[in-house]
Amino acid sequence: MSAPAPAVPGAPTPGRTAPAAPSGIRFEGVTVAYGGNVVLDRLDLTVEPGEVMALLGPSGSGKTTALRAVAGFVRPASGRVFLGGRDVTALPPHRRGIGMVVQSYALFPHLKVKDNVAFGLKAHRTPKAEIPGRVTEALELVGMAAYAERHPRELSGGQQQRVAIARALAIRPGVLLLDEPLSALDARLRSGMLAELARLHRELPDVSILYVTHDQVEALTLADRIAVMDRARLQDCGTPQELYRRPRTEFTASFVGNANLLPVTVAGEGAVGFGGHALAVPTGTAAPGATATLCVRPHLVGLGDGPNALTGSVTEVQWRGSTHRVHADVDGHRLMADLRELREPPALGDPVTLHFAAEDAVLLPAGASEPAGVGP
Amino acid sequence: MTTATTATAVAPRTPAGPVPGPAPARSRSVPAWVWALPPVAVLALAFLYPLALVVQQSVTPDEGGVSLDPYADVFASEVFRSALTTTVWLAVGSTVGCLVLGFVLALVIAFVPFPGGKAVARFVDVFLSFPSFLITLALLFVYGSVGMANGLWTDVTGAAEGPFHFLTTPWGVLLAEITYFTPFVMRPLLAAFSQLDTSQLEVASSLGAGPVRIIRQVILPEALPALAAGGSLVLVMCLNEFGIVLFTGAKGVTTLPMLVYSKAILESDYPAACVVAVVNIAISVGLYSLYRVVSRRAGA
Repeated sequence: MSAPAPAVPGAPTPGRTAPAAPSGIRFEGVTVAYGGNVVLDRLDLTVEPGEVMALLGPSGSGKTTALRAVAGFVRPASGRVFLGGRDVTALPPHRRGIGMVVQSYALFPHLKVKDNVAFGLKAHRTPKAEIPGRVTEALELVGMAAYAERHPRELSGGQQQRVAIARALAIRPGVLLLDEPLSALDARLRSGMLAELARLHRELPDVSILYVTHDQVEALTLADRIAVMDRARLQDCGTPQELYRRPRTEFTASFVGNANLLPVTVAGEGAVGFGGHALAVPTGTAAPGATATLCVRPHLVGLGDGPNALTGSVTEVQWRGSTHRVHADVDGHRLMADLRELREPPALGDPVTLHFAAEDAVLLPAGASEPAGVGP
Repeated sequence: MTTATTATAVAPRTPAGPVPGPAPARSRSVPAWVWALPPVAVLALAFLYPLALVVQQSVTPDEGGVSLDPYADVFASEVFRSALTTTVWLAVGSTVGCLVLGFVLALVIAFVPFPGGKAVARFVDVFLSFPSFLITLALLFVYGSVGMANGLWTDVTGAAEGPFHFLTTPWGVLLAEITYFTPFVMRPLLAAFSQLDTSQLEVASSLGAGPVRIIRQVILPEALPALAAGGSLVLVMCLNEFGIVLFTGAKGVTTLPMLVYSKAILESDYPAACVVAVVNIAISVGLYSLYRVVSRRAGA
């Protein structure tokens, strides 16, 4: 599953930044509850050594709790947490040897940048002679060596985040925990930091990264695999491509990217009924007569006649620069299409025919709950 | 007000050139310093004037005239030097005790979740409103010659008297002052701790720091301004504390405020009393100025 990119030319020599602590995370039936309120329900998940795993989900889905269970800040009510194959469930946080970066950076304001980075090294009783070199190395890794003498208050948000990452990496952890690390940055900085994190991962191929985010773009861009969480439970797990192209649940389909979710009835092998329309789509093992949800990504929906054509009326047109998003009402259901910028976009109320290829549709078991995250 | 508005509105229509006209509206308004007069007058009458009288009395010997003889007499007396020493060591000792105890208690209340923690924090606020003699009275009930502790001891052992007699010694005053003034350190500390980003503590922990290192290298540096504020306040209050020393009944403990009292009320030696009072004020103001300088340098 893990697909870490090869080290880039000019990357630090092996061993220079190699993790001292064992890599890889395993959750084994981890449940966390506050009082009677279960905030993480029987999580089973493995993050391979060197893998970037994104925990993606809305607020309250349990993703941060999972991260805090790895860090040791919450004690599971049941289940076990393993780091590098070692059971750390009962180990206090300061004995786990992990690096952690949080949304607020949490830099120590009274310490200079170099002292912030040296903090973990001193705590780990690194020989004094070794510390300056390790600090410089960590700061160079994030391009902040020139700011070593400054205080955190003299840095921008992006720079503070880099220092926080350097501080976490200086102790050469086998596991790096990133808790919404880019949430406090503006869109432009966030994009730059995403690229920085991807580069860091290439330069540190042995470090397992657990990346908590509610932002699908961050997860899709950075992660080798994504664990989708909702309501304290793991909903789905797979590579970004798998989850995007072949989601297994309605929740995943709607939370990872936008999706058209159409209620259908299986008519037979390779055929479903949607309202009064017969559609040809792969039905897999679904039995005839079964109700299901058909998932089609908006950018895979075309304008005009074609296979699986559906006619409706335009309810909304959004210009998005290079594309137009057309919303149509088809038999009382919304169908979205992301179309290359139209010279003459349809007007509201105009009849419109949209279509999609059979191989672009995914049949999902009908969900009991309303899909979340669908929308423009 | 109306005049001013009219003047401003008409001004652009007047022809160019030095035309005599109404004076600028600002000159007609009341100067800002006038508004400062009432509070300054009240302050002067209620505080500065009596203070000036004290200073004047301190340089006015009973024989009349203006002289520094009262200062020479007081500074030369053994009683004054002893009182000064006692005052300073009691104040410093109490302040150190309050800082240590207050820091530990504030740490526990702020960072160790326990049932009733919030109630304890609120009680600290209430405690600040208690009069100092009340604490001393409570300590007398517990550790006084006929207090609970000695009573329990005599009941259990059958001895004629208990072993607790420290309340009428300087140690009793020290205990009472630490008990009473510790919340004055805790209050600013609790406020500072509530502002501390707890993720700093978590990150420090993830970086391998144990509780002691986190307290020493993360919490303590950020609490320093609050410690300095609380400590300075307690130091000044201890220097000037009168009620606690009086209520403990510690006959051998003479502090500067007690000396002022005995000179003025018991001996009717007003010049000497005023000299001691001036010294007390000078120490307090000096310490406060030092605190301001230090806190400004620390960026507090």
